[in-house]
Amino acid sequence: MRKYVLVRALYSVVTLWLLVTIIFGLVRLTGDPVGMKAEAGADAAYVAQLKQNWGLDRSLPRQYLSFIGNLLRGDFGHSFEKSLPVRDIYFERLPNSLKLGFAAFVISIVLGVPLGMLSALKMHSWWDNAGKLIALLGLSMPGFFVGLVLIIVFGIELGWLPVLGKGRSAFVASEPATWVTFWFRDWGHLAMPAFALGWYFSGAMLRITRSGMLDVLGSDYIKLVRLKGVPERMVIAKHALKNSMIPILTFAGLNLLIMVNVAIVIEVIFNWPGVGQLLYDGLSNRDFPMVQGVVLMSGLMIVVLNFTIDVLYGYVDPRIRLSR
Amino acid sequence: MATIPIGTSPTIAISRVARRSLGILRGAPVVPVLLLGLLALVAVLAPVIAPHGKLDPVKPTREQCLAKYGAADCPYIENVPPFWSHGGKFNTPLGTDYLGRDVLSRLMYGARISLVVALTGTLVAGAIGTLLGVLAGYMGVWWDQIIMRVTDAWLTLPSLVFAILLSSVRGPGLWNVVLILALVFWSRYSRAVRGEVLGIRERDFVKLAEINGIGKLRIIRRHLVPNVMNTVMVLFSLQVGVAVIIEASLSFLGVGVPPPEPSWGLMMAQGRESLMEGKWWLAVFPGLCITMLVLSVNMLGDWLRVRLDPHLRNR
Repeated sequence: MRKYVLVRALYSVVTLWLLVTIIFGLVRLTGDPVGMKAEAGADAAYVAQLKQNWGLDRSLPRQYLSFIGNLLRGDFGHSFEKSLPVRDIYFERLPNSLKLGFAAFVISIVLGVPLGMLSALKMHSWWDNAGKLIALLGLSMPGFFVGLVLIIVFGIELGWLPVLGKGRSAFVASEPATWVTFWFRDWGHLAMPAFALGWYFSGAMLRITRSGMLDVLGSDYIKLVRLKGVPERMVIAKHALKNSMIPILTFAGLNLLIMVNVAIVIEVIFNWPGVGQLLYDGLSNRDFPMVQGVVLMSGLMIVVLNFTIDVLYGYVDPRIRLSR
Repeated sequence: MATIPIGTSPTIAISRVARRSLGILRGAPVVPVLLLGLLALVAVLAPVIAPHGKLDPVKPTREQCLAKYGAADCPYIENVPPFWSHGGKFNTPLGTDYLGRDVLSRLMYGARISLVVALTGTLVAGAIGTLLGVLAGYMGVWWDQIIMRVTDAWLTLPSLVFAILLSSVRGPGLWNVVLILALVFWSRYSRAVRGEVLGIRERDFVKLAEINGIGKLRIIRRHLVPNVMNTVMVLFSLQVGVAVIIEASLSFLGVGVPPPEPSWGLMMAQGRESLMEGKWWLAVFPGLCITMLVLSVNMLGDWLRVRLDPHLRNR
């Protein structure tokens, strides 16, 4: 087990290093971080000053070394716009994104899992067709379109829900009282963005649940249980459900992190102050360190989560840790 | 050499692949094929069939100008509603936008942008990814390790986040979006193709070709690439929908296709500005177009996946 964890950790470190290198290289190969701040035809002295500020006037290997060095020290650079460390701004916004992500996560599970189960149990039935249609619509309607339609219907026409912002509750690290209350307040503000974000992922959850359930139902041990004469209700409740939940929950966990990171357009539409909006602000303020910082953080989060999932799987299932 | 049928010329091989890809469409579901055909037709014929230009405001009639400004002449009338609501006109059936441009015409031209960007981007990504996947699967351990580690790292970032990073240094532009899509999506192909190649290279026809001293490049071209085409096509059809959404998202955020071009995502962003005034049609129609395109691409992709992968037949 220890060897397995070590190998996985090594893989994760290599992946992370490659990712950072790819980001460093692609950014300099495909474009110019300074070009984002200074329009074409800008004053040469200004451009030179910008380059010097960001260390872009040095040779590539030196830039690379200092880039890696800074990252290892947890320094993601300084925001151009707010002259604060990117890291501080990021962590101030993160709770908002997590709140939105969790809510969307719950919605995607509530919508996706039961319908997926039903589709698998009653394959080729009316339920199954409805499930297929919902999954297809979920994957085909962009979340930001769903968001706009929700705003039109519930925000403007009916006037039931607030269309902008996250409400007054805030997560403040220095005030422990807000650590708990933050999550349970202002759900009216949360409802529409969470649904718009969860909508897309509920389609994916439905499909994963359906195919995972079908895999389990077709497996030998379910056949054996059936042969033993166990009532169908028990077969499903006791054996099939339990076994199909592992891949579903893994996928859901990965989805949670992805939702936290890709809610960009939805955060913009609902003016939700999460990390996605930070990315958008970075884009529109031509604040390259901000954009890069947010991207690096989302890469880091996902690598760490993948590692955790691998380790948990190895722990739960000996076949996995022995096969690698 | 006569024992193994490997001597056909590459042109025949290519035409065979082409014929097979067309033959695959037999028995396709009618609705998505018709919808896609319609969209493609509209995109190609946009300059001919669009009632107005994509960039010029619609010249209002004398009565409209009098009603709105009390003058006999005015440059344009903005935000005219669709024909069925009060104040709508039949010559601008889906209304006009904030610069008085015809929404229907812009949607038609927008189909061009969505289709061209998504198809070229995914196609380039597919070519790069397939090539790298075949090399990783066939050329030996070192190629495999290097290509697959890079692929894994590449796959870590969510595609939208990756696309935004690249667009932040590239800036807006139609071909920039194509480049970004190609750079983001190739890794999806290389992962799948490599897995497929690992299986194919153990098969007898590849082994026999190797024993006969056929060069690696020739084996790749004649045996490996044609045999991974099914997988590539399924992936392609599933990726196009995602690419459409990514292009729309980038344009919505202002780093995709730049104004005044009528990208659907951009039109939604512009329509969002006047949402609060109750002018819902400006944002909803482009959204419906995106949904229609992605929906039909995905339906076709699902059907293709089931058709080309026998394991999924009875699912």
